[in-house]
Amino acid sequence: MNKARITRVGAVAAATALAIGGLTACSTGGDNGGGDGKVTITWWHNATSDPLKGIWEDVAKEFEKDHPNVTVKVEGYQNEELQRTLIPNALRSGSGVDLFQAWGGGEIKDQVAAGYVQDISDSAKGTIDAIGPVVSGWQVDGKTYGLPFQFGIEGFWYNKDLFAQAGIENPPTTLDELNDAVDKLKAAGITPIAVGAGDKWPAAHYWYNFALKSCSPDVLKKAQSQLDFSDPCFVKAGELLQEFIATNPFQEGFLATSAQQGAGSSAGMLATGKAAMELMGHWNPGVMGGILKDDTGQADATPPSFLGWFNFPGIPGTDGDPTAALGGGDGFACATWAPKECVELLEYIDSESVQKRFAESGAGIPVLPAAQSAVTDPNLQQVLKGLQAASYVQLWLDTAYGTTVGGAMNDGIVALFGGQGSPEDIVKGMQDAAATL
Amino acid sequence: MSTSTITAGSAVSTAGPARPRPRKRRFDIRSFAMVWGFAAPALIVYVTFVIVPVGLAAVYSFFNWNGLGPLERFIGIDNYVRALSDPTFLKAIGNNLAIVLLSLLIQGPVAIGVALLLNRPLRGRTLIRTLIFVPYVLSEVVAALAFKLILQPSGPFDALLASVGLGGLKQLWLADQNVVFWTLFFVLSWKYLGFAILLMLAGLQGVPDELFEAAAIDGASWWQIQRHITIPLLGPTIRIWAFLSMIGSLQLFDMVWVLTGGGPVNATVTMATYMMQYGFQRGQLGFGSAVAVILFLISLVFALLYQRHVLRRDFEGAVGRGA
Repeated sequence: MNKARITRVGAVAAATALAIGGLTACSTGGDNGGGDGKVTITWWHNATSDPLKGIWEDVAKEFEKDHPNVTVKVEGYQNEELQRTLIPNALRSGSGVDLFQAWGGGEIKDQVAAGYVQDISDSAKGTIDAIGPVVSGWQVDGKTYGLPFQFGIEGFWYNKDLFAQAGIENPPTTLDELNDAVDKLKAAGITPIAVGAGDKWPAAHYWYNFALKSCSPDVLKKAQSQLDFSDPCFVKAGELLQEFIATNPFQEGFLATSAQQGAGSSAGMLATGKAAMELMGHWNPGVMGGILKDDTGQADATPPSFLGWFNFPGIPGTDGDPTAALGGGDGFACATWAPKECVELLEYIDSESVQKRFAESGAGIPVLPAAQSAVTDPNLQQVLKGLQAASYVQLWLDTAYGTTVGGAMNDGIVALFGGQGSPEDIVKGMQDAAATL
Repeated sequence: MSTSTITAGSAVSTAGPARPRPRKRRFDIRSFAMVWGFAAPALIVYVTFVIVPVGLAAVYSFFNWNGLGPLERFIGIDNYVRALSDPTFLKAIGNNLAIVLLSLLIQGPVAIGVALLLNRPLRGRTLIRTLIFVPYVLSEVVAALAFKLILQPSGPFDALLASVGLGGLKQLWLADQNVVFWTLFFVLSWKYLGFAILLMLAGLQGVPDELFEAAAIDGASWWQIQRHITIPLLGPTIRIWAFLSMIGSLQLFDMVWVLTGGGPVNATVTMATYMMQYGFQRGQLGFGSAVAVILFLISLVFALLYQRHVLRRDFEGAVGRGA
């Protein structure tokens, strides 16, 4: 008698369960099996606009053509969303992505420790050798887990016209010359340096560079592998930064300035001639071009023509290498469960033909030395020259030390910019954060 | 299926009067099925997406976990100890409580005052009401970005001050660590005052005109009417608004995150931005979960105490009237 109702209730419950099941089923994917040898590679990258987005789509199509059994699902996501949410979630669930963006340093170390990343030391040996030392950021304990496709360094982007106006003939090569340039610019009524301290990391990079130029490469390597910051050069870096901040080289209200958003950002100030210098990575001309197009009505996204570039100056009398450079890159890694074709695709991305196309597009500096001659963009050529002149290249310190120590380090540095805390507090914050790992 | 339904239906109609008890029980099963049939989907979604995550966060909070790999390193209450002994987190709690208090003390009276004014016959009243409500309708992120541009050094706001001869008041609105908290509070008030005014206006519609007429006949002045009739009768609305305002202030996130990111140098940090910064940006999900649990408990205690001691009267009144 009541069977019908019970059945109905059961049906409702079953339907609900199905609906819920369907919701969770959405997150699974990555169907790599199949008896007919057909495989799918899901590839996530951070290029949301051309030229890079188009290049990756072409690469995926070409790879499919050469490997008829492979389907490549290529997807571009916004950088932070990809790095902080999508990739960790997919890795945790053990599916959904095969080839994913890898920024190197502490992050890939954590992913390797959790067993999510394929060791490609042997399977991609030829490419690893061809690329050379910049792969080190994607290596953990001597094994390679990912390959960068681009690597650039940072330095001061400066306005040649404003430098001439202030009577500065040559770009500074020592800290004293930099201080001298700051004085001359101020005397000429020009804001010497724009810094986007509101975003924290642009301010933190000053400390990174002071540490890079105060600490010997051996100390830096040990700091990266063991998170050991006991060497006095790290405190020295903070003291040098404190002295530098005391000369008031930055724009008014720099603590709230963002780095890349609009004409009021630090990149916007340099692009529109409101400041003479900005310490920033190789991507800066592209950012400035975008701001000029969106905010000042320039017809296209051409970077300003007055740009010059010089590496952060050396500091005589310290252990640091004056030609050392601070940089970072973008790479890809294959998940543990990815099909073997994933490594082939990864190698194809770093093949000479793709790397040359990447170089020609002006999107960045390729990692393959054989492709670097194809860089035609004059701004990138300046950075490339600096990279080739550098005897030692250190990965961005926040990337190298991982997000936990990196975050504590950046907050400590920004506090110093805000007139709070001390050089010792920065190092103590880093050590405390390392102790919570 | 249709036959069985008919059978069931006839069984109820024929056997019903003769045997009241089974009928009643059968009715119970029916209503039970109906209640659960309708409630189950919502309940399952609620449990899956609210209760379970809250429970999971509580579990995560006892582990040292960076979000990758299995939960292995149980560390007891270390995360809680670390959060509650971190001066930055204590500052975040202080900032949240300061915003709760300031909202109640400043936004409340202003909202009541404006609502009283707008409740009088006035030309263009509808237009003014709409304008006042516009900020609340704007997305929080859009509003924060707009203010970020307006308040940048030598930006439009400074230009406005200078144009009315108040250039001397110019500040680094978002960059000065001593000023930025007040800037944030101003922007929050701009954003949420409209909502408070709208609630108060709605509350005022519920005050019967007869009371005003009676008071006027008795010779009460406008002030006396507001003081002794309108505001007491507006009580339930004010109490509900205060509740929403407190919970909103405790969980404050979007506006701060976009406008200042909690900075400069933690000057505007709130519990939620602290959680975001440590949990997600620094990749310590276990610690972030502990912060989330603390935030949840503080909000819960506030809500329960408020309901128990302040809102109870309103609820009892409503139930009484309903019955």
